[in-house]
Amino acid sequence: MTLRLEIFAGSGEPIYAQLEAQVRRAVVAGALTEGEQLPSVRALAERLTVNPNTVARAYNELITEGVLVARPGRGFFVAPRRQVFSDAECQRRLDAAIRAFLDEVALLGLTQTQIQARLRTLSAEYKKL
Amino acid sequence: MSEHVIETNGLTRFFGRNCVVNELNLKIPRGSIFGFLGRNGAGKSTTIRMLLGLLAPTRGSARVLGRDSAALTPDDRARIGYLPEGHHVYGWMTVSECGEFQRAFYNQWNDEIFHAVLSHFRLDMKTKAGNLSRGQRAGLCLALVLAPEPELLVLDDPALGLDPVARRSLIQSMLYVTRKADRTILFSSHLLSDVERVADEIAVLDRGVLRACCRQDTFRRQVRQFTLRYADGEPPPLPALTGLLQSFRTEREVSLTVANLSADDERALRALPNVSVEETPLSLEDAFISYVSERGEKSFFTKDLEGVK
Repeated sequence: MTLRLEIFAGSGEPIYAQLEAQVRRAVVAGALTEGEQLPSVRALAERLTVNPNTVARAYNELITEGVLVARPGRGFFVAPRRQVFSDAECQRRLDAAIRAFLDEVALLGLTQTQIQARLRTLSAEYKKL
Repeated sequence: MSEHVIETNGLTRFFGRNCVVNELNLKIPRGSIFGFLGRNGAGKSTTIRMLLGLLAPTRGSARVLGRDSAALTPDDRARIGYLPEGHHVYGWMTVSECGEFQRAFYNQWNDEIFHAVLSHFRLDMKTKAGNLSRGQRAGLCLALVLAPEPELLVLDDPALGLDPVARRSLIQSMLYVTRKADRTILFSSHLLSDVERVADEIAVLDRGVLRACCRQDTFRRQVRQFTLRYADGEPPPLPALTGLLQSFRTEREVSLTVANLSADDERALRALPNVSVEETPLSLEDAFISYVSERGEKSFFTKDLEGVK
């Protein structure tokens, strides 16, 4: 399939972060499957008219997250799904994300039930993407 | 070979009693695309002209490709491509004659690049340069400056007056040039979304003073905006923030733009009682505007001052 990536210069989100999020989402949603090759840094930079270092940075972040793997001389591929973090690290990251989330919603005056219901709906939508 | 293609040391220029460039310490790494930002009259063109040895500094010095700007040899100059502001051409020459004329000054000339850029801008070899549109003239100037394949490319506001398509062609040409790793581009621009696409590093010049010189990422990360919401009445007393650039107050909100917020200051901000603190993402343009606003006068992220990389 052709990977659809779009970037907007001039937004609040840096270009590398836009790319990172779009590739991550494509992998999670199954639009990119395990072992599939991504466009080379140069080709993607040319297609999007951005600095190749920006694309390289997005790919490198995705490698660190375990979403992509680099095979030297061959390019970038979707990584096999595996546990990149230890159980303890997973737990720590989950807690950190939840605390940040709670900080944001604490002042909204919603009940626990309302929040949980919304969370379920949105995660179902996320999986369907 | 030095890791920096351009290095200035206290570079200063007065016009009469007016200090146009003030104690500039600029370092431009080899192989980078370097965006030179600043409002009109900030001193960008004056700096560029001093870098190229076209204007003598009042004080200080600049080194370009390892040699003092005042002593650049013809061989050094052959390694530098300079596109002055305004896209000047000799109107009585045809496009093709402009090419031949320029070519005569250089030992090295890549005709493939020359024609590729011309066709990118849809230029006909037989057209008189004087009859070209502004965008086409820019394309011709770009072709002339790129064909000798200079090691260092200095573009003074190349996008001025270009339509969006021509601007995109310009950026593509810039990216194409830097496919070879040792090529460096210094360009000035007011189009922050273009700068965002291509620049590895940026410098911000403000009323002759260098106020930032760092990676674009660093600038984006370090200029931050927070919105503080409080119940009603008077806003709570805010902690003193050293890098405060701007603050706007509306009825129940205070919006703060801060440079180089320290971890301690951020904690103090987030610990304010009865206030929700939310970070709002800033575009490069908004960050730049806050940064050079009236209020901001301090310099951050110059490598010498802060050691930020």
